[in-house]
Amino acid sequence: MFHLPLANILTEPVGVAHYVSVGAILFVCGALCMATKRNALGVLMGIELVLNGANLNFVAFGSKYLRSDVHNLGLDGQLIALFVIVLAAAEAAVALAIALNFYNSHDSIDVDRADQLSG
Amino acid sequence: MAPFLSQYVWTWLAYTIAGLVHIALIINLVAVGALIFIWLERKISGRIQDRLGPTRVGGKFGWLQTLADGIKLLTKEDLMPAGADGFLFKIAPYVSFCAAIAAYIAIPFAGGDLPWIAQRLNTGVFFVLAVLGLEVFGVILAGYSSASKWSLFGAMREAAQVVSYEVPLGMCVVVPVLIAGSLDMVVIGDRQAGWFTNWLIFHDPFTFITFWVYFTCATASVNRAPFDLAEAESELVAGFHTEYSGLRWSFFFMAEYGSMFSVSLLAAILFLGGWHGPIPITDFLGLSSENGMVAGYVGQLIGATNVILKGTIGVCVMMWVRWTLPRLRIDQVMTTCLKYCTPIAAVMFLGATLWQLKMPDRNFFGVLPVNLSVYEISEGQPPIQFPEIPQDKPTTDQVAKTSDNDIPRKAL
Amino acid sequence: MEGIYWPSFFFWLFSGITCSFAVAVLVSTNIVRMAFYLVLSLAGAAGLMFLAGADFVGAMQLLIYVGGTLVLLIFGVMLTSQERFVEMKTMAGDWVKGFLAGGALLFVLIYAAFSIPVWRGMERTAAEAVPVTHTVTPIAMGLLGARTDAPDRPGYLLPFEIVSVHLLVVLIGAAYLARAKRTRTIESN
Repeated sequence: MFHLPLANILTEPVGVAHYVSVGAILFVCGALCMATKRNALGVLMGIELVLNGANLNFVAFGSKYLRSDVHNLGLDGQLIALFVIVLAAAEAAVALAIALNFYNSHDSIDVDRADQLSG
Repeated sequence: MAPFLSQYVWTWLAYTIAGLVHIALIINLVAVGALIFIWLERKISGRIQDRLGPTRVGGKFGWLQTLADGIKLLTKEDLMPAGADGFLFKIAPYVSFCAAIAAYIAIPFAGGDLPWIAQRLNTGVFFVLAVLGLEVFGVILAGYSSASKWSLFGAMREAAQVVSYEVPLGMCVVVPVLIAGSLDMVVIGDRQAGWFTNWLIFHDPFTFITFWVYFTCATASVNRAPFDLAEAESELVAGFHTEYSGLRWSFFFMAEYGSMFSVSLLAAILFLGGWHGPIPITDFLGLSSENGMVAGYVGQLIGATNVILKGTIGVCVMMWVRWTLPRLRIDQVMTTCLKYCTPIAAVMFLGATLWQLKMPDRNFFGVLPVNLSVYEISEGQPPIQFPEIPQDKPTTDQVAKTSDNDIPRKAL
Repeated sequence: MEGIYWPSFFFWLFSGITCSFAVAVLVSTNIVRMAFYLVLSLAGAAGLMFLAGADFVGAMQLLIYVGGTLVLLIFGVMLTSQERFVEMKTMAGDWVKGFLAGGALLFVLIYAAFSIPVWRGMERTAAEAVPVTHTVTPIAMGLLGARTDAPDRPGYLLPFEIVSVHLLVVLIGAAYLARAKRTRTIESN
C-alpha cells in the first residue's frame, strides 16, 4: 500500500524512507547530470551527486534515531559512509587530472570531442 | 541557556531566543574585534615604521579612526564591473564572512561544568577546521566573477595557498587532540587546568615545536604576511578584491580579521591553556561554581578575559610579523608548506604520539604529574565501556575446514 | 495541536536545500554556477547527516568533500574554461529521454522505499526516548579494529590501511597525470 509521506509531516518523526527518497533524488539528478552534460566537469559533478546520494542512504540505515529495531546497521553505516567520502575524493582527483590532460591535448573540455577510439 | 528558558516560554521560542543571543554576542565580538584590530594594526605598523599612525580621530590615539573608515565605506558607490557574473559577485563576500563567523560557534570562551560556548560539539576542533576551510570559496567566487585577470590570479594563488596549508594545519592540531584525548575543545582546555606548567605547549618538546609550526600554518592559512601575495599591492593591484568597493570590501576584511582572531583563539585554547591563566587565581580565590552563581560567573568571566587576551596577543604577533618580514613568492610559499611545514608537522605528530605512549601522565616535559581528575569534571557522558573480546575466537580458516562441502585446499 | 517535532522540521529544511540545489546543478548551463550550487547541495547533505546522528561523518563531509574535493573541482573548472563563462548546451531530445528514464527510476525508488513499514518512521514517543550518544570515539576505535559499540561485528582496520595506501597511490598518480606539459600538441592533420 503506497502511504503518502506527506501526512503529519511536522508532528511525526521521519524515517529511513524519507532519507532514502532524498538519496534517490540526489542519485537521479546525478545520473541525469552524467548523461546530459557535455562538459567533462559537469559529468564529474554528476558523479559527486550520485556518491552523495548513496552516502545519505548508508547514514540513514545506520542511524538509530530513524529506526529502532535490531537490524539497524549501527556504526557500520557511518563507517562505510566515511570510506565512501575518502574514496570519492581520491577518484575526483584522478578524474580531474584526466580531464586536465584531455584539455591540454585537445584544447577543449567537450566530451563529444573524445571520439578517437570510435569506429 | 535554551533548556533554562524553555521553562518559561514555548520550546521553539526558547531555542530561538537562545540562538539569537548567541549570534548577537558572536557578531558583536567579531565586528568590534575587527574594529579594534584594524586600529591596532595601523598603530602597530606606524610604530614599527617609526611613525605615529592615526592620531586625530577620537582624541589623542585616534581610536575612533576605524569607525570613521566604516562610515566612509558605507557611503561609497556600489560598483560592479560590466562583465561580472552578478549573482556570484554579490554573494562572494557573504560566503567568506559566514564561513569566518561560523567557526565561532564551536569555540569555548570559558570551561568547566557550564562552558561559555555557543554550541558544545563533540567534534569541536574538527568542525572549526572544516569551516575555516570553506572560506576559500568566497575568495574563488570573488576572483572568478570579477571578470578581471588580476582578481583571477589573486584568487587562484590564494586558494592554492589556503588549501595546501590546511594539511600541516590539520596535523599540528591533531597533536594537542591526542594528548588531551578528545576533539572537544572544552575537554582540551580543562586538561590544562592549574599552573602554566600544565599548558600543552610545555607538555613535551614536540608540542612546543608544533605550536610554532601551527602558528606559521595559521598565518599562511588566513593569508597574512609574509604569505599575503594574494593581496600584494605591488603585484596584483589588490588581488581578488580589486573590483570590490564600499561595504562589500569591508565584508572581506571583517572575514579576514575574524578568521585571524579565530585561529589565534584556537591556538590559545589548544596550546596556551585557554581560559586558565598562568597562575590559578580562580582556585585560590574560590571563584568557581561550587561557591554559588556569582562566584562562578566571575570565575568564568576571568577565564573568558584570559582567552580573549591570549587571542589578541596572537593577532598582535601576526601583525608584528607582517610589518617585519618581507613577502614570500608563490614558489617560496609552496616550498615552505610542502618541504618544511608538512614534514616537520608529521615528525612532531609521531614524536608526540610516542611521548604520550611512554609517559601518558606527565606534564611539563615529563617532570610533573598530571591531575587527570579533570576528565571527570568536564566530560558529559559516562566513559566508554570496553567489552571483553574473547581471546580464542575461531579464525575463518578453522571454521572453513570444518565444513563438509569445502573444496580441499592445496597445502602451501 | 500537539507540538511540532523539530527534527522533522529541520529534515524538511535541509532536504529542501539539498534537493533544490541538486536540481539546480542539473538544470544550470553555466559551469561555475553549477559548481556553486553543488557546494550548497553537499552542505545541505552534511546537515542531513548531522541530523541523522552522524556528527563525525557530517564534519568529514564538510572538511573533505566540500572543502577539498569541490575546491579541486572549481580549480579544474577555471583551468579548462577557454573563454569566460563557457556554456555548452545539450539537445532537447536528450533532455526528454533523460527525464523519462530518470523520472521512472525515481518513482520506482521512492515507491520501494515507502513500501517497507519499518522504514516509515518510529513513533514519536519512542523517537524522543532515544538517548543522544557521541560517535567519535566508537568510530575511531572501530577504525582501529576494536568495535566498542557492537562487539560481535568486525573492525575496520584492514580497510583503513588499504585506503591509506590507496590515497598515497592516487596522490602520486594524479600529480603525475596532471603535470605541466611543456608544449601543447596541436592536431596538424
